[in-house]
Amino acid sequence: MKVGLFIPCYVNQLYPQVGIATLELLEKLGVDVEYPLGQTCCGQPLGNSGYEADSKGTCQLFVENFKKYDYIVGPSGSCVYHVKKHFDILEQTEDVKRVRENTFELCQFIYQILGKTKLGASFPHKVGIHKSCHGLRGLRLGSCSERMDPHFSTEENLLKEVKGLELKTLNRADECCGFGGTFSVFEEAISVKMGKDRIQDHIDSDVEVITGADHSCLMHLEGLINRNKKPLKVMHIAEILNSSI
Amino acid sequence: MAHAEAATKFNKNEAKVNWHDKALWFVRQKRDRQAHKIQGWEHLRDYASALKANVLSNLDTYLIQFEENAKKNGINVHWAANAEEHNKIVHGILQKHNAKKIVKSKSMLTEECHLNPYLEANDIEVIDTDLGERIVQLAKESPSHIVLPAIHKTKEEVDELFQEHLGTQPSGGNPEYLTREARKHLRNKFLKADAAITGVNFAVADTGGFVVCTNEGNADMGAHLANVHIACMGMEKLIPQEKHLGVFLRLLARSATGQPITTYSSYFNKPEEGKEMHIVIVDNGRTEQLSREDFRRSLHCIRCGACMNTCPIYRRSGGHSYDATIPGPIGSILSPGKDLTKHSSLPFASTLCGSCSDVCPVKINIHEQLYKWRQIIVKDVPQPFVKKTVMKAAGSVLAKPKTYDFVGKTARFMLKNTPKSIINSKVNTWGHARDLPEVKGDNFEEWYKKRQKNE
Repeated sequence: MKVGLFIPCYVNQLYPQVGIATLELLEKLGVDVEYPLGQTCCGQPLGNSGYEADSKGTCQLFVENFKKYDYIVGPSGSCVYHVKKHFDILEQTEDVKRVRENTFELCQFIYQILGKTKLGASFPHKVGIHKSCHGLRGLRLGSCSERMDPHFSTEENLLKEVKGLELKTLNRADECCGFGGTFSVFEEAISVKMGKDRIQDHIDSDVEVITGADHSCLMHLEGLINRNKKPLKVMHIAEILNSSI
Repeated sequence: MAHAEAATKFNKNEAKVNWHDKALWFVRQKRDRQAHKIQGWEHLRDYASALKANVLSNLDTYLIQFEENAKKNGINVHWAANAEEHNKIVHGILQKHNAKKIVKSKSMLTEECHLNPYLEANDIEVIDTDLGERIVQLAKESPSHIVLPAIHKTKEEVDELFQEHLGTQPSGGNPEYLTREARKHLRNKFLKADAAITGVNFAVADTGGFVVCTNEGNADMGAHLANVHIACMGMEKLIPQEKHLGVFLRLLARSATGQPITTYSSYFNKPEEGKEMHIVIVDNGRTEQLSREDFRRSLHCIRCGACMNTCPIYRRSGGHSYDATIPGPIGSILSPGKDLTKHSSLPFASTLCGSCSDVCPVKINIHEQLYKWRQIIVKDVPQPFVKKTVMKAAGSVLAKPKTYDFVGKTARFMLKNTPKSIINSKVNTWGHARDLPEVKGDNFEEWYKKRQKNE
């Protein structure tokens, strides 16, 4: 099994440590993984802003970069969802279909494809999960509070096996943080208010570290935490699953 | 006013935003508890969605069947292509009976058609009898929610409003006192009404009857006391058979307010002896929406308002920020079909979190339709120069790895070396309330290349 590592543009530029943790974690799990050079983006910022038609070149490049791999794995539910859901704008060649089918969010890949939960990590902190919407309601990484399905969460299944980690329960299990890509700028007031409310829920629930499978949401929350000097940290789930404190 | 601007205004009062958010979240939680009590809730949603899809695919047949059966029962059926025709038909019926005082129970369709101002301009008094609707009517406002029309008002605000219009005593916002006074006031109006107007929740094709749901019994009070009952319905309100009411009534009440059943679910089949019953079936843009394949499912809507209660943006921006008859997520996919330019900011008033689609009892893919409207809007409605230029440029840069690499490096260099005072200046909307990420050494790709070299 050959895995292509998909590092989203903003993770590449702003959060290299998340990419490194993802790569190290996959290697630790014995996965034959490589990072194809010349990656850019999945095209999501354009699509969500209404400029899907201008993102075709970007999407096509993604397919070219990854078509030779059995699986494509990335540490971002939102970007993975975009590949799976919105690459319908490309002509559906065999390559495009295969890439869409075989692209996985990191936790989903570990849990569903590798079938593992015990990853040997240790992280002695109180952790709250931010269940990012595209991972939750797009990729169905877990059950969401709107639907009457039995409870399930891929992230919880992995974090429960981390030594010393104390998982906290939130008052609102899966409310959006208000990032939403360009929404965060064009609807700034609401975006900020939603983020503040999410952070307060984590503080009220005695959380020390907010984690999740999508660093874009965490970037937004981190921006608010740092500005308002809140007693919290954000860490991508890959960083926790790769840690051995 | 664009949604973002109205939402910014609403957010000037954070305490009120918190209150509004909590009030609606409370309803969402009630809904969750009631939905959990039904085994096979998801199956029920599937069934309701399929029934609605069937209705929309065979609308012509069902409409004619409904008309035939309704006429057999002695109901007068009228057809209106648009809001203007609807208003004229209603006015015509009222004129025939020389009706000057009208009581009306809740109907989003008559809001959509602006029936009240039309009738008032023709010297007819229209009293909204739903308590929430009466409150916004007295305040000369529009409903901010389709099930909870006055949810934007605190009880203290209602207290002041009633003092001014109903001559009540100051009560510090005592809900029992205020409700009792409203009841007295409305009872008087019911007794003197010449005609009653109601909406329609479900029109049953195989019986020709229709169901109206209220919690206050105001539709029944109006319809049973007055000599003329006019029911106004959008043409998508049909369901095939009477037995399907069991599917929709269970979903509606739980989704709307978290009740197992609406207090009054009244099934009207024929006029009482000596009285008249009319149904006005309205198109007003629905056929056009039906013709849009990507947006057809928006017509499944049974107006429960669950998408509003769950929407994190609606809860924090208030219904009036949408400046549309139907606010919130469902309104944001219906309104652009009516006036694309006026409502062009609405599909962007969402993070596409998808909560609306999962809460919807008839499984409308609301967030997917919001995404689709966005694609249409940037083509058909002029966009801000900066947004358009940035997006077009991004499309070009992200398709070329070398240019992207250069742009990425430059941006990181700037972020690292520009003083914070400039980074967080007014031009940077991100930085008003949020810090930008701190840029450290290499990006991931640089790190990866170095690691490969050292291996």
